Amino acid sequence: MAVLVDQNTRLIVQGITGREGTFHAKGCAEYAKQFGNDLVVGGVTPGKGGTTHEGWPVFNTVEEAVKETGANATMIFVPPPFAADGILEAAGAGVPLIVCITEGIPTLDMVKAWEIVKRSKSRLIGPNCPGVISPGKAKIGIMPGRIHKEGSVGIVSKSGTLTYEAVYQLTTRGIGQSTAIGIGGDPIIGTTHIDALKLLNEDPQTEAIIMIGEIGGSAEEAAAEYIKANVKKPVVGFIAGQTAPPGRRMGHAGAIISGGEGTAASKMAAMSAAGIHVVKSPAEMGEMMAKVLGKA
Amino acid sequence: MASQAGGMEIEQVAHDTPEKIYKEYVEPATGLQPWQARQLAFKLGLDAKQINPAVAFMMGLYKAFIETDSTLMEINPFITTKDGDLLALDCKINFDDNAMFRHKDLKELRDLSEEDPLEVEASKFALNYIKLDGSIACMVNGAGLAMATMDIIQYAGGQAANFLDVGGGANQEQIENAFAILLSDPNVKAIFINIFGGILRVDVLATAVVAAAKKLNVQIPIILRLEGTNVEEGRKILKESGLKFEVGATMKEAADLAVAAAKGGK
Repeated sequence: MAVLVDQNTRLIVQGITGREGTFHAKGCAEYAKQFGNDLVVGGVTPGKGGTTHEGWPVFNTVEEAVKETGANATMIFVPPPFAADGILEAAGAGVPLIVCITEGIPTLDMVKAWEIVKRSKSRLIGPNCPGVISPGKAKIGIMPGRIHKEGSVGIVSKSGTLTYEAVYQLTTRGIGQSTAIGIGGDPIIGTTHIDALKLLNEDPQTEAIIMIGEIGGSAEEAAAEYIKANVKKPVVGFIAGQTAPPGRRMGHAGAIISGGEGTAASKMAAMSAAGIHVVKSPAEMGEMMAKVLGKA
Repeated sequence: MASQAGGMEIEQVAHDTPEKIYKEYVEPATGLQPWQARQLAFKLGLDAKQINPAVAFMMGLYKAFIETDSTLMEINPFITTKDGDLLALDCKINFDDNAMFRHKDLKELRDLSEEDPLEVEASKFALNYIKLDGSIACMVNGAGLAMATMDIIQYAGGQAANFLDVGGGANQEQIENAFAILLSDPNVKAIFINIFGGILRVDVLATAVVAAAKKLNVQIPIILRLEGTNVEEGRKILKESGLKFEVGATMKEAADLAVAAAKGGK
């Protein structure tokens, strides 16, 4: 099963002719190909419609690309000043899954875009995220495919490299993953911790979940409440930024402790109270999951 | 948001007596509406003749907020004079770094003398650096892993000297820049490099680290935790460099080594 991305995903790439877009379109296509899946079907770069790029057809608009290729997902590598517009174009074309990798989109652009996207039929992952991977099937994003292994642990995380860290700790212990979802570290994101948890909770392939959060906002506290009320699968949790100074933005736009809120301590306490197996050290995520699954 | 109980410790007011903070939620599509500003003005207990000026003030504030891509605009204190006039006596504004490309005028107002010199230097090289008080400098790719690296150092009994996200393109030049910044902090006793090279090749990274360390003549211990393709070749390069490198197999092992090295250097 897995969620969001699988053997049936047909992906277009917005910004496919750019350096990043090209590199990662190839990465995604090659990853899916190992498992016999034809993932990437084309791309969009306004003004370059009608040409081909690395063998893929390029279209001027998302609408045209969807019509011609039957794509059901898009991956966005459009530069920050234009990325919110790219998200809106994808939602306007009715693409079911929009994964926006772009980092550095102005917050007010996303506030407006999200108002539209949340009322549309599209699901948005990100922005400022590594994307989504269902190991053994396909990936939409910039994560290194080779560290993953197909299996039963679902992952939801605000942070890219920390997700890779969790995946690596699982894979080296022989524990595979169902789907790893990078939801992004911006203040305004499409799919939240709760949305991702809901998907993983309902996925029959997923037997346990790792939830990785970081300082700032209160999404982790809300997710803990949700888990307590709805999730019967075991959850292992980690919060990055336990030693972060208040009032400083730690790399991600949303990672800031302000007015005494959004601290790691508050999130970890809420998560523990919800029955989540919270680890203090980022090195213990895999070990704790092994213990929870009885594989330690 | 508005409150009569302003002044100091507004967080405490919000916590103890949330009913004293009046909130209006803005629809992004329509923006702040006059009725919302009016409602806030009445709740603040202003006189009838002060309502219209207060509404005009709040509508103007909202317009300024949107047009400057602010993330915060805080007027404190906002006073009424003996004659009944409304005055803003102070204002704090935070701008959205991500939107500065469309506000060149605001960018020019930046006063570098108000910022930490090392952070200013780092920002020139697109390095995301925040100075802290510990003795173990960190160089990490990715903001989440960079925070987690600070956490694991504390867990191992040490303290991080900084937060540093070198981003995805950790090439030799970028590593040299990062070393230079880390080394100019006199508290630093050891350097912990934690790179999860998804796409990066470890041998390429190791070569860059060796070259940068040699060029800058780094004398303090460097502890690495490198993950990615060609790990073995990478380790060999580090071993044969003749420099004081230590490599941890896992994040925990590397953190322990870094803490031991920093303590040994005292």
